[in-house]
Amino acid sequence: MSAATALGEDLATYNFAYLDEQTKRMIRRAILKAIAIPGYQVPFASREMPMPYGWGTGGVQVTASILGPQDVLKVIDQGADDTTNAVSIRAFFQKVASVAVTTKTREATIIQTRHRIPEEKLQAGQVLVYQVPIPEPLRFLEPRETETRKMHALEEYGLMHVKLYEDIARHGHIATTYAYPVLVSGRYVMDPSPTPKFDNPKMDMSEALQLFGAGREKRIYAIPPHTRVVSLDFEDHPFEIQTFDEPCALCGAEGVYLDEVILDDRGGRMFVCSDTDHCEDRRAAGHRGSMSPDEAYAGHGKGEGEAAR
Amino acid sequence: MSEALLSTVAVSGGFDDPVFQAQAVFRALMDAMARPGTVHDLPVSIAPPAPLGQGSGAVALAICDPDTPVWLGEGADSESVRAWLSFQCGAPVARDADRSAFAFARGTNMPAMDAFAIGTQEYPDRSTTLVVEVEALEGGVRLRLDGPGIDGQRVVGPVGLPEDFVAQRAANRALFPRGVDVVLVAGLRMMALPRSTVVSHVNETEAG
Amino acid sequence: MYVAVKGGEAAIANAHKMLADRRRGDRSLPSITVEQLVEQLALAVDRVMAEASLYAPELAALAVKQARGDMIEAIFLLRAYRTTLPRFGASLPVETGDMVAERRVSATYKDLPGGQVLGPTFDYTHRLLDPALAGDETVAPAPARESEGEPLTRVSDILAQEDLIERAYSGDPAEMPQEPSGDLTREPMEFPMARDLRLQALARGDEGFLLALGYSTQRGYGRTHPFAGEIRIGEVEVEIDVPELGFAVSLGRIRVTECQMVNQFAGSAKLPPQFTRGYGLVFGQSERKAMAMALVDRSLRAGELGEDRVAPAQDEEFVISHADNVQATGFVEHLKLPHYVDFQAELDLVRRMRAEFEARQTRESDTQEAAE
Repeated sequence: MSAATALGEDLATYNFAYLDEQTKRMIRRAILKAIAIPGYQVPFASREMPMPYGWGTGGVQVTASILGPQDVLKVIDQGADDTTNAVSIRAFFQKVASVAVTTKTREATIIQTRHRIPEEKLQAGQVLVYQVPIPEPLRFLEPRETETRKMHALEEYGLMHVKLYEDIARHGHIATTYAYPVLVSGRYVMDPSPTPKFDNPKMDMSEALQLFGAGREKRIYAIPPHTRVVSLDFEDHPFEIQTFDEPCALCGAEGVYLDEVILDDRGGRMFVCSDTDHCEDRRAAGHRGSMSPDEAYAGHGKGEGEAAR
Repeated sequence: MSEALLSTVAVSGGFDDPVFQAQAVFRALMDAMARPGTVHDLPVSIAPPAPLGQGSGAVALAICDPDTPVWLGEGADSESVRAWLSFQCGAPVARDADRSAFAFARGTNMPAMDAFAIGTQEYPDRSTTLVVEVEALEGGVRLRLDGPGIDGQRVVGPVGLPEDFVAQRAANRALFPRGVDVVLVAGLRMMALPRSTVVSHVNETEAG
Repeated sequence: MYVAVKGGEAAIANAHKMLADRRRGDRSLPSITVEQLVEQLALAVDRVMAEASLYAPELAALAVKQARGDMIEAIFLLRAYRTTLPRFGASLPVETGDMVAERRVSATYKDLPGGQVLGPTFDYTHRLLDPALAGDETVAPAPARESEGEPLTRVSDILAQEDLIERAYSGDPAEMPQEPSGDLTREPMEFPMARDLRLQALARGDEGFLLALGYSTQRGYGRTHPFAGEIRIGEVEVEIDVPELGFAVSLGRIRVTECQMVNQFAGSAKLPPQFTRGYGLVFGQSERKAMAMALVDRSLRAGELGEDRVAPAQDEEFVISHADNVQATGFVEHLKLPHYVDFQAELDLVRRMRAEFEARQTRESDTQEAAE
């Protein structure tokens, strides 16, 4: 058999959602265990995917294993639907599963994400799939898997508290801004993936099921809906999230996570929603920010615009 | 049963669309695990040989394969069931309940939960998932559920569980994160009681 | 006026077109064929097969071409293909003792049954660039050595006859391990790792990484006193047991490189003084990889042999977790993906901490001034 026909025949007939059925079953079993033991990292035999490790192979395997023909998929990276990696993963699922895709948070049944949780409150029936680079929250305190596994088994999380407390001693506050550790359902300390800690409160008692896939590190973990997710802190130094001084320059939203955009080399900058769907939705509803390019509603060009209905 | 008949039984009654039906059953299972006590329909047509129930058969075909030893309890076991499972999903039959990844039993004569694998403190996932056939998922003794996946509390009333089920669950919950996850099936309907769920009698909690 | 960056899809499509264009290069030159790569860049093809864990020379050559000669990219391509292939079963252990060896050398004996066979080696070539190779000069066929038909006795077997080396599987079916060998591409990894899985990880591990680790043991970071007992390269038969037939069926022949290191060992409380083994087996012709693998395999046995684990090459979690170049390249290169959400969080923190720092300094200098 020549190389060309071997490749042509097999790759032309890949299974629905790329993974073979046995692989899907293996991943599905891991997902069920992960849901039954919230926050515990279930080892799974991660497969080589046609995209590089570290680029979302864990999330892609989880999504491929749960995805069905009825689903509507949204993929975001940094909160945006149009970043190259999000575009690439979305295109992958369109190709191998002919799945319907959307950028609208509320229309999606499955949302695969890297580094953000959508601003809009997620609903029952939605599944949020996180791409995770390093699933072990204790890894940077203890590089050995054999040791960290013991710590989780014994619920021995003193090291993490010591680390956070050292931050306070040195800086006056906890200096962790993303991948901020959480305690899930009172038992497992868990890494929320490198989302900014701004998003941590959204994980708590969420209506949606949250699944986490780490391909290179071969771990799957989960937070069922309505599950307590508490960011680690101290009585005298309670957990707090980032705040921004100004609203989104495009839609005027406050209390959302903003990206800083450099406009020129003279220090000009603006802050805009990291969640592109949320921003577009607000602008479609007539909200305006200080630098909004939208033409209508002149006179609302500065500051928070009122919704025109 | 003759070998010829056995093989006819083995090769029929499976999924007619394995890829999508397995996905549909899994999604129902996933939602059930994520929201303990909620009832889900298994949207498949399936005809496993007696005495294995339809729901148990659907779960087995969706999730079991050569990597998952299955254990068959009284009321779920027969030569035809073994042949069917072997043909349909290649799952080996485990002799010992505590060596199985999945176990299928009937609520009226299921073994005590401590007969199954509970995993280890380091690897609590290495445990048995117990699929129990009950008469009905509603209308029985009222049980209160608390825990992850439940907004406040949820009350369920499956019919046909052992009398000491709540006590068994309490012992199982005390092992957390180790423990057995339970899936209850009645016909093509299902609910899940993962190990994280605390089960109590409604009157008990009201009194206490 | 600010307009959010759009058009990721078009940008990706254009980048791929440009890649295809650069890959083809100057159109006035003929496109290189897969057959040419298999024949003339055979060692590159071998490396791709070895580290992709798939013995398929034509597919490996295609991967090399598609990757524009980037070896790790080619390995990645072939692995992503391999993962979609169904598993029909496990072959019987290959019998390297029956190998039709093209090369076989031992550093531990001057001469031995079957002799030293140099084969197609770069050893003893003078590394002078050869202008003749720039053209298409006719190359005379190599003189073929008369095969004696006798299998070449393995050096380790010679030592075993005297009981001077630890015993490994002898070839006696009664001693065959009953547990099927593990497969780390199908099961989750777990530490500590059984030796079969460890050897699999090393066999598909990055050549450069293993070379550096092996080298480090020679320079004193976990010294193992190795001798190259034997290196052999040649074809072996791959057979699979077919229960329905009751006998093994040959699937064909593959070329492999095997290295058995013989290491001095002073003995421990449990074990008598004897030589121990480090083992390397690699698809294709790759002596460097097989030797490095054997050195690292022996180093990783430190715990089992009661030696102190003090050096990187003796640290199983460290070595195995970082040996896979497809994983490593993915994670290193993922740093070029956008991280601006997290960077924003860090920016905010640094700005805040700077403001606090400056406020503190101002306060301190005010206090100082007041004191003066």
